[in-house]
Amino acid sequence: MERQAPRFLARQNFPLLLEQLVEHGYRLHGPQVRDGAIVYDTFHSVDQLPRGVQDQQQVGSYRLITSSNKRLFHWANGPQALKPLLQPAREVLWQAKRDANGALAFMVPESSIAKVAVIGVKACDMAALALQDQHFLQGEYEDPGYRARREGLFLVAVDCSYAADTCFCASTGDGPSAQTGFDLVLTELETGYLIAAGSDKGLSILPHLPLLDAQPQDLDIAQQQHADVVAMQSRALQPIPIGGLDRQRGHPQWQDIADRCLGCGNCTMVCPTCFCHHQKDELAIKGDESQHVREWDSCFGESHGELTGFQVRKTIKHRYQQWMIHKLDSWQEQYGRSGCTGCGRCMSWCPADIDFVKEANVLGGGSE
Amino acid sequence: MATKPTVAIHKFSSCDGCQLALLNMGEALVDLTGRVDIKHFAEAGVLDESAHVDIAFVEGSIVTKLDTQRIQQIRKNARYLITMGACATSGGIQALKNLAKHPASWPADIYPQPEFIDSLDRSEPIKAHVKVDFELWGCPINSRQISAAIGAMLEGVMPRDDREKLCIECKRQGHVCTLITQGEPCMGPVTRTGCGALCPEFGRACYGCYGESELPKNAVLARRFLGLGLLTDQVERRFQLIHPEPERTLGLGHGGQDD
Amino acid sequence: MSRDYQTQTPIAARVVEFIQESDAIFTLRLQLEDAAERARYQFMPGQFNMLYLFGVGEVPISIVSDPLDDDIIDHTVRVVGRVTRGLAQLKKGDRLGLRGPFGHGWPLALARDKDLLIVTGGLGCAPVVSAINYALKRPEHYRKLSIVQGVKHANDLIWQHRYDDWREREGVEVLLAADEAGPAWPFHVGRITELLDHVTTAYDNCVVMICGPEGLMQRAAELLLEKGVPPYSIYLSMERNMQCAVGHCGHCQLGADFICKDGPVFVYPDIRERLLQEGV
Repeated sequence: MERQAPRFLARQNFPLLLEQLVEHGYRLHGPQVRDGAIVYDTFHSVDQLPRGVQDQQQVGSYRLITSSNKRLFHWANGPQALKPLLQPAREVLWQAKRDANGALAFMVPESSIAKVAVIGVKACDMAALALQDQHFLQGEYEDPGYRARREGLFLVAVDCSYAADTCFCASTGDGPSAQTGFDLVLTELETGYLIAAGSDKGLSILPHLPLLDAQPQDLDIAQQQHADVVAMQSRALQPIPIGGLDRQRGHPQWQDIADRCLGCGNCTMVCPTCFCHHQKDELAIKGDESQHVREWDSCFGESHGELTGFQVRKTIKHRYQQWMIHKLDSWQEQYGRSGCTGCGRCMSWCPADIDFVKEANVLGGGSE
Repeated sequence: MATKPTVAIHKFSSCDGCQLALLNMGEALVDLTGRVDIKHFAEAGVLDESAHVDIAFVEGSIVTKLDTQRIQQIRKNARYLITMGACATSGGIQALKNLAKHPASWPADIYPQPEFIDSLDRSEPIKAHVKVDFELWGCPINSRQISAAIGAMLEGVMPRDDREKLCIECKRQGHVCTLITQGEPCMGPVTRTGCGALCPEFGRACYGCYGESELPKNAVLARRFLGLGLLTDQVERRFQLIHPEPERTLGLGHGGQDD
Repeated sequence: MSRDYQTQTPIAARVVEFIQESDAIFTLRLQLEDAAERARYQFMPGQFNMLYLFGVGEVPISIVSDPLDDDIIDHTVRVVGRVTRGLAQLKKGDRLGLRGPFGHGWPLALARDKDLLIVTGGLGCAPVVSAINYALKRPEHYRKLSIVQGVKHANDLIWQHRYDDWREREGVEVLLAADEAGPAWPFHVGRITELLDHVTTAYDNCVVMICGPEGLMQRAAELLLEKGVPPYSIYLSMERNMQCAVGHCGHCQLGADFICKDGPVFVYPDIRERLLQEGV
């Protein structure tokens, strides 16, 4: 469903939206301040949301500042958003049991659909979700755990009214306003919220809220806000044609990056579209049962390219190539678009201060 | 029923903390003793140091002449030898003395009667003396490592050697990066995984007690620490604290610390 | 249960026979324990299963038996890592987990009424054994079967009796080469690619299936192109780290391809530039 024409929800009535979602059986999940960052977690009250908080992000740095601003969503993003919810960092896929005679039995943990309403999903993360859906749901095989978690989600997106120094969603075409995939979308204004449905589920909530008609001046402000956030974005990722990076494997810039890169994998772990995971066994000491666990993995880790005693990607240069060429180039062949939605996390959370956009632009043949 | 595989726990120069990883297993220790026969484990009161065993776990570093003889015998008596913890695996905190320019003169600087001190000039890891089949890194190691090692060997395979960088586990756990948000000199990007990102869980920077990860870019991280405002000496101490290594190069412009 | 349940959780299998092929190579003959699973299980040559060793982990292993063999699924395994070392200790009657089959196999239908040339190098050659067996059982489908096998050292050749047996069949030729060999080695000493000068395959009307180290596959494929084999008649079996086998975990990516589901068998032009590409 396309984004519908918005109505207006006054600021003091925002808690009613949360109440309605709870009423409809959803557990609330949303942004909160924890350990100096905006972190998504379960919450119960509007007071837990990051009112008046803003993130100051730079390559290799993330700091929060607070002000008397009443806005709840006047920030760009935190280290994670939807990915841990849908693709948990650690998940037991199945359990093997062995009886005294050596017979094996395999059991899959019950995957019940939990109804979770995520409040305040930014456009970059909505776009990333669409990509993860493609990967886990729309290919030859479907991931049953992901399917179950995905089914239970109610997504309340919010348009960005602020861009951090690391944001570049305008250049990837994914933001700063959410376009599709949400159940409801908010545009936060000083006095309240423009609210619109993007799905039947979203539509069904609206009649329960004291909504007003959106005033023309509010729509103007929203439009201006969008334009301002686009203008705030100082970075732009230049488009890369299919094969554009793959053909650049001999470029000296890769070694230059590798000399500065720690190979720590933080960029991949905070990337909302990275889907790599490994599987391993955790055997109970009694020897009668073993959990087959899957965990997030990174193409910067040594085991990622390990092939029966042979390492496919021995150097950090090769691992960086795998990360960037896959993300910006191979994704286009795999999923019809680049795997980057412009959130900028790979830069903010890089302990080595590597500017992904700048490097990609150099390697892609564009300007910095 | 076939006889159970046998295990011995040996101790060299160390704080005994790694042996606690076994004692702290609680109920799992009971399960473990159902599957293996523990022949020697002094801290648990089981004594037979010269027993021939399938697996010998060794804690502590080699610091005396007697140690060098004992470890040879332990190796001879064991099918597999597994080191437990920083001391046994890299020499431990006591290997700080390996960084000294004149280690032989140290006892005289510290003790009034140095002639009573019978120690080697260096604190050495077990692998400097005998073949080691597997290493459990950490200061101290934890119960999960012991359990996984014994579990794998009972299935007839070597334990999984994970040299991944700690950052990856830290992000899995959902901890907020202390380096990025607080400017803390976190060693995670060059440190071997295994602790479960214990320090970052409490908002503290990793200090590298699990040793070096694979492909550790020490010089790159050291440069970043300088950028955070640490002095050269502070950066070096950060890297050399738990696993001192004279050969470790940080590219900070001069050689090892001392004096 | 959906196909995904079937493919993402193992089912129990029993070792009905363990055959030690050489020091480091063995064949596990497996039977699924559940009769309904046995009836349902179907595969094509060139596909693989994920074999699960209890408490240790899973490893992708090619299926070497024939799709029409009743109930028994054969896997020839080379000891290379933790899991395979553990599998090597299994005995008759032991249990393991199996999920599969996965991937796209050899284009045996495409090769029908043509000459079939199989080129393998290195130890094992397991991925093509199933294709060889398939063709031998259906001689009326193929004009001629040529098997070219190269090993580093003469001692590395396993299944010599099988090669002898195959050579005796009508319409089958077997050419063997070893880079190094003692005086007793009756076959070619030198590179496997040198044998391609002596194969009687009709290069303009054949399908080639190659399996082995990437360097060998590349040399063989390029030489065959020179000899006039159409590029889209050359197929290779590729290998990378595989953990999920359903295209999700990301480890086996080769450029934009997921080897587990888009391969492991690829037509040569599709992966020509990936062979021996550093870091891919």
